[in-house]
Amino acid sequence: MASFRETGVLSEEDLAGRVPPLERLRRGPCAVIECVERIPCNPCADACPFGAITIEGPMVTPPQLDPERCTGCGTCLGVCPGLAIFLLDLSMGEGKAHVTVPYELLPVPEEGEGVQVISRAGEALGEGRVVRVRRVGTTWLVTVEVPEEWVFSARAVKVVCDG
Amino acid sequence: MRLTEHPILEFQRGKKITFSFDGREIEAYEGETIAAALHAAGIRILSRTKSGRARGLFCAIGKCSSCLVTVDGIPNVKACVTLVREGMDVRSQRGPGQIDPHFRPRTAGPPLEQEAEVAIVGAGPAGLSAAKTLLEHGIRPLLFDENPHPGGQLIKQTHKFFGSRAERAGTRGVAIAQELIAEVRGEVELFSGSQVLGIYEDEGRVLAVSQGGRLLLIRARYLVVATGAEERFLLFPGNDLPGVYGAGAIQTLMNVYGIKPGERALMVGAGNVGLIVAYQLLQAGVEVVALVEAAPTIGGYHVHAAKIRRLGVPILTRHTVARALGEERVEGAVIARVDERFQPLPGTEEELSVDLICLAVGLTPSTRLSEVAGAKVAYVPELGGRVPLHDETMETTVPGLYVAGDCAGIGEASTAMLEGRIAALSALERLGRKLRDERQAAQRELGELRSGPFGERPRRGKEKLLSLMKEVALG
Repeated sequence: MASFRETGVLSEEDLAGRVPPLERLRRGPCAVIECVERIPCNPCADACPFGAITIEGPMVTPPQLDPERCTGCGTCLGVCPGLAIFLLDLSMGEGKAHVTVPYELLPVPEEGEGVQVISRAGEALGEGRVVRVRRVGTTWLVTVEVPEEWVFSARAVKVVCDG
Repeated sequence: MRLTEHPILEFQRGKKITFSFDGREIEAYEGETIAAALHAAGIRILSRTKSGRARGLFCAIGKCSSCLVTVDGIPNVKACVTLVREGMDVRSQRGPGQIDPHFRPRTAGPPLEQEAEVAIVGAGPAGLSAAKTLLEHGIRPLLFDENPHPGGQLIKQTHKFFGSRAERAGTRGVAIAQELIAEVRGEVELFSGSQVLGIYEDEGRVLAVSQGGRLLLIRARYLVVATGAEERFLLFPGNDLPGVYGAGAIQTLMNVYGIKPGERALMVGAGNVGLIVAYQLLQAGVEVVALVEAAPTIGGYHVHAAKIRRLGVPILTRHTVARALGEERVEGAVIARVDERFQPLPGTEEELSVDLICLAVGLTPSTRLSEVAGAKVAYVPELGGRVPLHDETMETTVPGLYVAGDCAGIGEASTAMLEGRIAALSALERLGRKLRDERQAAQRELGELRSGPFGERPRRGKEKLLSLMKEVALG
């Protein structure tokens, strides 16, 4: 399979060891940091109020998340320059998941609105319902309710305009 | 078309004014450049060559001379950095333009002379950071910039910056520019819209500056040159059509003036600039039909690529733009796969319907000013081309002449700010301040930003320069 350096899309293997365990997600929202390259960047580790994100060694080391310390507050989503952090939550059960994505486009979706849910490769997975919209700093965080099977693939939303 | 809303930016427009272009009345806002106002009015052809080829905007920061027009009788005025004025008479020109033999320009007065301990050329991240550092130590520098607004390329960056929190990472570029400008405003004498024409020796160093039709003669003991970079070009048929822009020009139109540069874009180049500007095009409501990259892999950060991939933009590695379509402006593009030597492969061509081709194929340092001042330059591909030789204090082969930022080798805004700081600290040391520890701390921070795989090229380039500097010192 082609690497993310050719496609721009991370595979499950690329993310191995960076995804919080299912058991943790069933207890409530938790961040997942999809940042795997050695780039000079550290605002996420500085911003986390709970010390859940660490950068061991030089600044170019990719951040590590401790899912047990993470409370799913979303502060890191608002500072990450790469928009590479998402919140995953399986605590509502009933085969549903809440995925929170950073959003910097117009129009901003409204709570209750149906939106198109999109994968890392830009493919439409189907429709989801927006359950929460808030702003952290100057970035909107949009939480969308989707089927549980999409929790590891849903990574963007698109407002579908009528007509 | 002017944008009225944007997910990140707010556009504050000045008073409505009118000017004329080839006799046609154009509405504009104070604070807009001629080129921006004409684009907002849907005019992309600014002038023509002698043989009649259409000429439009390419770099939008006063470096490429693709946008020359005649303003109030004066030919060869850069439409991209000249602000519109009420009643201005702008005319397209053919070739180099003509001067009416009876034309007499208004005189703006005799040359003005001024002295300063330190002068800085370029009010981008490197220049502003140098100015701020000098102020912190009680030196008020003179700061010159040829653009109408200070901030350099920072003022068009809607993305949050990488790097360390200490260097304002996590803050959007446009906000960093506002902070830096606020920190020096009122304290530093800032000359915007002022072009440094030359540097010469006359019992000391003298800068000749053109400002509002007047000549300034500036005597400065120390000089920090922070003139930035210019966009590289790419060879393909139709590359001169209006609608082929450098990535920086697209950013200027969209993010400084709030003008939608087109409807459907092809982005060329998957370095950080191409990836970031593709995302910014989406933010301005422009469809990005594809991003092509001749190399086999994406050159920029994965996280930037991921942002546009999940919004549905295809990234086609091993592809290039084979030609632009259209007679008077871009009406389409043909892309093709390339072989190992980056040559288009026959039979792989595909036509795209686009009105915008955006080139993000790299930058090259703007070295002319350092060169006229006598600084030795060397060709260092890792740093983007010809670069003035300099040591780790940012001093060139001309004593007292410092360089910082992209003009000293292509890097990032965060490294430019640190280099500006180092150059200023070095000049302050010459002025007798004890700042060696502070300078070395900044050098270490710079080293950390350049660690890791993406810092390897600039790191290697700077090492080459250091060894060349040593050779010069040994004679």
